[in-house]
Amino acid sequence: MLFTSYGFIIFVAVLLAAYYLLPKRIQWIVLLAASYFFYSFSGIENFAFIIATTLSCFFVARAMEKRKEKEDNYVALNKESMDKEARKAYRAREKKKRFNILLLGLIFNFGILAVLKYTAFALGNMNSLLGLFGVSKMSIPSLLLPMGISFFIFQSTGYLIDVYRGKTYAEKNVARLALFVSFFPQLAQGPISRHADLAPQLYEHHSFSFKNLKFGIQRILWGYFKKLVIADRILVAMKSMLGDTQTYTGAYAALLIILYSIEIYADFTGGIDITIGIAEAMGIKVTENFKHPFSSSSTKEYWNRWHITMGSWFTDYIFYPLSVTKPMMKLSKSCRKRLGNVIGKRVPVYLATAVTWFLTGLWHGAAWNFIVWGMLNCLVILVSQELEPLYRRFREKFPRLTASYGYHCFAATRTFLLMGLIRSLDCYANVGLTFRMWGSMLTTFNWGRMLGGEIFELGLDIKDYVIIAVAVIIVAVVAKLSEKKDLREWLYGKTALSWTLSGAMLLLILIFGAYGIGYDASQFIYTQF
Amino acid sequence: MKKKILIGIAAVVVLAVIFGVLQALVIPKYVTNPEGLLTGEYYAHKGGHDVIFVGDCEVYESFVPSVLWQEYGITSYIRGSAQQLAWHSYYLLKETFRYEKPKAVVFNVYALKYGEPQSEAYNRMTFDTMKWSDVKAAGIIASMTEDESFLDYVFPLLRYHSRITELESEDIQYWFKSPEAMTDNGYLIKTGVVPMKESDPITDAPDELLPERAMEYLEKIRILCEKNGSKLILVKAPTNSRGYWWYDEWEEQIADYADKNDVAYYNFIPKAEEMGIDWQTDTYDGGLHLNVYGAEKFSRYFGQILANEHGLTSHKNEGSIAKLWNGYLNEYQNKKKEMEGNSK
Repeated sequence: MLFTSYGFIIFVAVLLAAYYLLPKRIQWIVLLAASYFFYSFSGIENFAFIIATTLSCFFVARAMEKRKEKEDNYVALNKESMDKEARKAYRAREKKKRFNILLLGLIFNFGILAVLKYTAFALGNMNSLLGLFGVSKMSIPSLLLPMGISFFIFQSTGYLIDVYRGKTYAEKNVARLALFVSFFPQLAQGPISRHADLAPQLYEHHSFSFKNLKFGIQRILWGYFKKLVIADRILVAMKSMLGDTQTYTGAYAALLIILYSIEIYADFTGGIDITIGIAEAMGIKVTENFKHPFSSSSTKEYWNRWHITMGSWFTDYIFYPLSVTKPMMKLSKSCRKRLGNVIGKRVPVYLATAVTWFLTGLWHGAAWNFIVWGMLNCLVILVSQELEPLYRRFREKFPRLTASYGYHCFAATRTFLLMGLIRSLDCYANVGLTFRMWGSMLTTFNWGRMLGGEIFELGLDIKDYVIIAVAVIIVAVVAKLSEKKDLREWLYGKTALSWTLSGAMLLLILIFGAYGIGYDASQFIYTQF
Repeated sequence: MKKKILIGIAAVVVLAVIFGVLQALVIPKYVTNPEGLLTGEYYAHKGGHDVIFVGDCEVYESFVPSVLWQEYGITSYIRGSAQQLAWHSYYLLKETFRYEKPKAVVFNVYALKYGEPQSEAYNRMTFDTMKWSDVKAAGIIASMTEDESFLDYVFPLLRYHSRITELESEDIQYWFKSPEAMTDNGYLIKTGVVPMKESDPITDAPDELLPERAMEYLEKIRILCEKNGSKLILVKAPTNSRGYWWYDEWEEQIADYADKNDVAYYNFIPKAEEMGIDWQTDTYDGGLHLNVYGAEKFSRYFGQILANEHGLTSHKNEGSIAKLWNGYLNEYQNKKKEMEGNSK
């Protein structure tokens, strides 16, 4: 069921009515039923995977918690007879046992993801290798990827790790955990929530609040505005350019980078706005996933503002644990000894960063373009990090210039273009083609032709570009204003203005949205990850 | 709180009004393509007809109600629309029976060749100007193509919103008013002449017989007529084109159906010469459809059948009816003259 379908809007409206009209004690059951109903539209057969993840995480988390309780009881009972060292040794042994249980859960769940998402990619690469030696190729099975699998497996494994770390509790009711895993607004494209943040809100009783409903609807409208007025309108030109990469080189490659950056932003943040809005209407606060990323002055800042929950997942569950593993510590020690403190201490950090970005790329898709995308991001971040002293000196030398609004705009534009350039790997979906397109921007000078009128042969006419431009300006102005204050809170006291703006937004979507017959019903880009 | 609620209600009302105004603006006005207005024109004429015609373009391009009146004193109306499929006809007829009980219903069988919804554009042309009722809702549901949505019919703004950047002067001119009637009691006058090119008849068999779903709707139409005391008459209008070919196998299928159900059926293709149709002068598109000259010849011929074989009597001596229909006849003749003048 597409977020942009009438069916989905009706589904949400009916759910909201049921959610508040039925007794509060069954609100979470209503949500679970709705989530499974929503998921059933992606194919009944996909239930096998979401249920396997739910059950495995339930039993693994319970097993870890039981062992922990047993450990605590044992220590409490033998407080007198055990000295500190013995207690420490006992706890370390128990922790290792719990870790083994956790490992089992992680292997099982990442195994599902690996088989479904990466088998074809792995076999394809092996075939290419075998082909070099003239060995006959293996057949590649065609496996369908269940909707949202990357999201719900990451959210579930995050839960397991948090239970292991004692940051959250193990659910005692499997149905409650099922709701946490399958909570429908974020099932398709995140955010990747933490159990401690989301779960208690899912199960607690929510009384009807007009404010929540109003805020939720406003956020949903904002999401649809970005998705339907901006993203799906741009999609038409994107399809034209991607459909004929022989013709659309040079200036078109530059145009594609800019348009795709705007499209994916409007598409992804629009989807997240709808997700957060639906949850908000039910009194549930879902973690924010974006913080005006295109105003970032640096790549590092950009990644702290873009797809925040994915970034923090990789930081908390991959980067930090990897950095402190025994082999990494050994490597650090050995590097310091051989290469000196300055270089030596960087090696493990660089390695952990590289592994994290490699996996981030792989998470986005089983293809080389995503891996190269991840590694290029890693390279840019590490180079920026190394150049930081230089930047610092520059800032110290020119404090007024670097503090000026103009300089910030320059830095934000630079980051926007750099990130857009790397992001085009995701768009062209082919490493060689992407590099050729980058090259063509330097060798094919067709700006005059493109701006002289050919730009209107991409499926968008002047009116479409005007609509996109005005909508982008609206989004940018709202983003700028909301940096300073919560606009919805500010509007809440101003009833007439609030209604006017909400009504205007609805009409803008209805009139200028790229939806219905004549436009392709476009799923949100991030649902494919 | 009371003030907030009042502001909320006022906002919803204002929003609904703006929505309605914008919707009226973007809905196609069908002035340059009047086939989209045919369904709606009926409401100004509803009631009191001897004959109701239902079917596709072969109906509204072949029967001239004014000629039926002039020659036989028969009152009739054509509830036809472009590519009106069997289910469209069924629901239009069902709606018609709410307004009147004609003595005869004439259904053109050509559209029975289609067993599935064909095109959103033709669905729209049939339903956009139809009055809302349970019949219209059921008709839309039965007719929608896979891409269509019922909500788009309820709120046409959702379907036509993209026209906001393509508005024409007629959209402003007819923003809040309907265009003038384009037809003569449902008959769309075409005065052009495009002679039929020589072509051999098609002798091979059709890909398939008339589909089951279309035949089911024919049966529904028959039952509906029976329930409402109207005599069902099946016809195949005279055409002569390879594009709109009527196969012998289909002919046999319809003839069998008519025979089994005691329904009258006339295939006028072989009778074209007998009624005086000249395919060099009586068609406006090379034999696909009759022009006004061909349609008048055919209407005279068919009126005779209605009068002689189905007992329809003349109303020419009935004061008010005669006055009304002589007025229609006059309008028709003027319109025909005007169009002939324009085409010269």
